[in-house]
Amino acid sequence: MAARRSRQGRALKAPSSLEPLLASKEIVICCGSGGVGKTTTAAAAAAMAAAHLGGKVLVITVDPARRLANALGLERFGNVETQIRPEEFAAAGVPEPRGELWAAMLDTKRSWDELVRAHAPDAATRDAILANPLYDNITSRFVQSHDYIAMERLYEIHASGRYDLILVDTPPTRNAIDFLEAPERMADFFSSRLLRWLTVPARSRVFTMASKPFYTVADRILGSQFLQDIAEFFLLFQTMYDGFVERARAVTRTLSDKRTTFVVVSTLEPSPVRETEFFVDALSERQLQLGAVVLNKVLPEWFGDRDAAAVAQRMSADPAGLAKAVTEASGGAGIGPPDQLARVLAEVGESFLNFQVVATREAEQRAELAAVADVVATVPYADHDITDLAGLLELGSWLWR
Amino acid sequence: MALPDPPTDLLDRRLLFVTGKGGVGKTSIAAAMGSLAASRGQRTLLCEVDAKGDLAGAFETAPTQFREREIAPGLWAMTMDTEASLREYLGLQLKLPLLARLGPLARTFDFVANAAPGVKEILTVGKLCYEVRERHYDLVVVDAPASGHIVGQLAAPEAINDLVKVGMVRDQTGWMLDILGDPARTGVVVVATPEEMPVNETLELAARLGEDTVVDLAGVVVNRVLPELFTRGEEKIFRELQRPDRTEALAAAVGARRSGAGAGPGAVEPLLDGADLAVKLRRTRAEHLGVLREGLPPGTQLLYVPELFQRSHGVRATRQIAEALGAELGY
Repeated sequence: MAARRSRQGRALKAPSSLEPLLASKEIVICCGSGGVGKTTTAAAAAAMAAAHLGGKVLVITVDPARRLANALGLERFGNVETQIRPEEFAAAGVPEPRGELWAAMLDTKRSWDELVRAHAPDAATRDAILANPLYDNITSRFVQSHDYIAMERLYEIHASGRYDLILVDTPPTRNAIDFLEAPERMADFFSSRLLRWLTVPARSRVFTMASKPFYTVADRILGSQFLQDIAEFFLLFQTMYDGFVERARAVTRTLSDKRTTFVVVSTLEPSPVRETEFFVDALSERQLQLGAVVLNKVLPEWFGDRDAAAVAQRMSADPAGLAKAVTEASGGAGIGPPDQLARVLAEVGESFLNFQVVATREAEQRAELAAVADVVATVPYADHDITDLAGLLELGSWLWR
Repeated sequence: MALPDPPTDLLDRRLLFVTGKGGVGKTSIAAAMGSLAASRGQRTLLCEVDAKGDLAGAFETAPTQFREREIAPGLWAMTMDTEASLREYLGLQLKLPLLARLGPLARTFDFVANAAPGVKEILTVGKLCYEVRERHYDLVVVDAPASGHIVGQLAAPEAINDLVKVGMVRDQTGWMLDILGDPARTGVVVVATPEEMPVNETLELAARLGEDTVVDLAGVVVNRVLPELFTRGEEKIFRELQRPDRTEALAAAVGARRSGAGAGPGAVEPLLDGADLAVKLRRTRAEHLGVLREGLPPGTQLLYVPELFQRSHGVRATRQIAEALGAELGY
């Protein structure tokens, strides 16, 4: 392991295909900072696995672009798992996909409700929780609850044994590692001393010495009625304590299982790169497995071409002279008015130089990121949006070479 | 009966929440806005809500903290810390003596933040509104949470109003709502790039702001707009150049003028491909821009910031974005 993680001499040698990873793992978690293309990458990798590896493949997305959702047949928001029909593979140029592709969209609210239904000791408690305004608030408003429920849902589906491979797109968290810690945090929360303090008065109406200062502050800030409401809610919730904590621990175990791997998606812009490095370290600290890094929206390599850059410089420096020379070289057959041709040449040169600056910066970031994972796939900048399965497979082909 | 007309000038408001989908450059835009306001003589506070340190990066300065620090003439910066905000609030409002003696403030805070919905949010919004109410600054620019989280934050005072019937927090929500709901003072600026998802999120957010919060949509900044390379006539010429014989003529022209080694078509093809990509990207983005323009409430102010090729972050980029915004605002 130490040798594999050495950061030297691997930059250009790292394999670039996700195929072995997808063939050998059961859970692939796609993560990365916002706007890097996690959802599309997860969907493309799933489509490739279904087309070429076989088995039942599921991609769970959190918040797909509308047209991508349509491409996956996800017209409704909900936890329903939908199969992409084989005919659609045929239409996308894969007449005989080896496996099945399924997709589902995460519905946080519904997932929470299901969880409560599964763990509530009786119908009365269940209904009381579901109708509680605090419950509604905590589950629908709070982002941390999305993090947790995504991992919980993943665990649930994996444990059902319905799929050979599950790919998950992670929620847009404030911090890329939030969702990793969500199950632990959930367990901590339910077993915290504070929660016990909070629920003491409703149980016995006796303030302990230890809880007194806490109440002094909390009561003055929030008012005792609200505290009472909270206490009531948590008393209800505590009936599910054992089930919940055990569940959160099982989810954590699944994340660190050998059959689970993480794919970090990043663009080559400074901020996502920084977050990727941070995330890679966070994975290794937790002894979680980094399967691959996918570099997305990468400019074509030829933007780094030195000869082309020299030509571009000439184009923008002396467009009129070049325009004349081009007309002459075409045997005098003019290509429109010379001044317009000159302006076109100047623009072409200028634009190339602009993109070259970006490409150079990207190359540097790329060298840095290439050293952090064993598999580094590169997906070029697409000049169009992905609207169908064919587009996903086209993108996916970059993850497969 | 009608609400007072919002100021025509974006920076004349007192409190601007800058949000947008992750990755669109909302921190850069917030930093540039703050920088622009300060350079025009407004005493300005910039506040980063998600403590990622990106704001300090935009000015290449030391990490910002809860206690604001002047990072440029007239420009102060801070990072939101809800626990510190609570501490400040308790000190100011409750006049609680010897807070330290209460001991488990941190643990109390844990409870407040995690168990009681909306409290963490209101500590953030409350601190910002407080700075506005006390007129410590002419303008407070907030590098706010991403579009998925901003509504929860801005709606917190109302949520607290619904959930909490008495107590000090409840007492505080009234004046906060006054500030937040006054379009002359407060507004949300949504940053988008001309791409599918950022545009969708911007439109969804614009709708949700109206439905779920009292805060006005002050404007939309479209970031990373690519330049238009060619006019229609010029594009025809460009397409002509892409024909193999013309490409060869171009290569020959370039080669003829180079001493020694001829360039060959190989040296000009990347140039034509590059321009082709730029044209396609610009076109795809123009479609998304059209969707954005049509979907926004009529009269929404739109500001365009060009793609910066030379520098994507740091002081130089912040300055260039500030200049672009200044030009858009007619300064």
